[in-house]
Amino acid sequence: MSKPRNYQTEAIIIKKVKLGEADRILTFYTPSLGKIQGVAKGVRRPRSKMAGHLELLTYSTVSLARGRNLDTVTGSQTIDSFLPLKSDLELSSYALYAIELINQFTADSVENQPLFQLLLETMRSLCLKSNSEVILRSFELHLLGLVGYRPQLGCCISCRLPLEPVPNYFSAPAGGVLCPACSNSQFAVHRISVNAIKVLRWLQDNDLATAEKLKIDRELSRELEGIMRGYLHYLLEREVKSTAWLDTLKG
Amino acid sequence: MDRESSPGVGSVARLIRELNKLPGIGLKSAQRIAYHILRAPEEQSALLADAILSVKKETRLCSVCFNVTETDPCSICCDDRRDRNQVCIVEQPQDILALEHTGIYHGLYHVLHGAISPTEGVGAKDIRITELLNRLQSGSISEVIMATNTNLEGEQTALYLKKVISPLGIRVTRLARGLPFGTELEYADDVTLTRAIEGRQDL
Repeated sequence: MSKPRNYQTEAIIIKKVKLGEADRILTFYTPSLGKIQGVAKGVRRPRSKMAGHLELLTYSTVSLARGRNLDTVTGSQTIDSFLPLKSDLELSSYALYAIELINQFTADSVENQPLFQLLLETMRSLCLKSNSEVILRSFELHLLGLVGYRPQLGCCISCRLPLEPVPNYFSAPAGGVLCPACSNSQFAVHRISVNAIKVLRWLQDNDLATAEKLKIDRELSRELEGIMRGYLHYLLEREVKSTAWLDTLKG
Repeated sequence: MDRESSPGVGSVARLIRELNKLPGIGLKSAQRIAYHILRAPEEQSALLADAILSVKKETRLCSVCFNVTETDPCSICCDDRRDRNQVCIVEQPQDILALEHTGIYHGLYHVLHGAISPTEGVGAKDIRITELLNRLQSGSISEVIMATNTNLEGEQTALYLKKVISPLGIRVTRLARGLPFGTELEYADDVTLTRAIEGRQDL
């Protein structure tokens, strides 16, 4: 796909890597261009006009100039800096976790508008400083749906029979829930309680704004985190790096 | 980078390869430096080689503040004229140079050698936070000044340190974050401006 010589896009900054003395390679998640990269020159100098507009977890309008290899960032203006996120240790860690997932589950230059909207809404919801764990679970489920890994929670994915209200088993390789009978023949399964399935289904069917209102107790929250983490780990075939930090904070 | 095409043979090619590994030195710069060294008087290259070798042999990290030093403890930690109640936390040794250049700070330092960066997998155990906490518990320090960078990693590190230091009953302060000297207001970002307004001072 050929891009114009100069173009402008809205973007959330999801990754930054140092380059040379004062430059950075930034990864942007954009509504219509998907994930793109650009070199921001001189942003590590204190007087850079762009630096503050190109920090991680910032929603900005960025102008880029097409380059031979990487495009160059020529200008940037903040739309929303998500300030509440940046002044709170837990919230900024949650948000970093979200952008790490976005980075790992997307390929370069693949447009996914709903995914961009999901990321934006997640950032905004986290800024409200309440019910962050549920927001993250809702984000994970919708992310998985949008990139093609929606977990199947309706019925047993092996025998297709409706699930009984007893503890069932979540299988990451199979991408869904197995009934107790079918789970015997499978390995790598994770016990899932009746309430956990209900909550996951409910989160799949409702958007983030609604999910915010859901109150769940600590034990259930931990169970859901474990199930989602196992599934994400299986799909990515590696650890999500920021989970180690989230664990330290809960420590 | 296509190293096959690097001109020169034997020792010149080797020098270019080594220079190329340095930060900010690309293949062309490496070639230019290599040929400059080749043409320069032999004393000059001996001086350079010696300086490079001795920086590795003669320096180590101060056991108190983890600054780069030739004596242990370092000259700042040993200096009796400095205020032993204040510790300034920085990410890297170069930051001390910048702060010392101002001549306005007379307390001690602590170098973390990094900043917390969850997405890069850098956590609290990977930088010198345990050493800092040990130092604070045993010493007479009454104020810790956070001089980590004002980017997201630096802020996270400062917030985390505040969380773990506050229970010790030590005052935790942060360098003011506002408008840098010599900038134009119209280019300032929201975060900087918000903090500049919040932290305004009487003239």
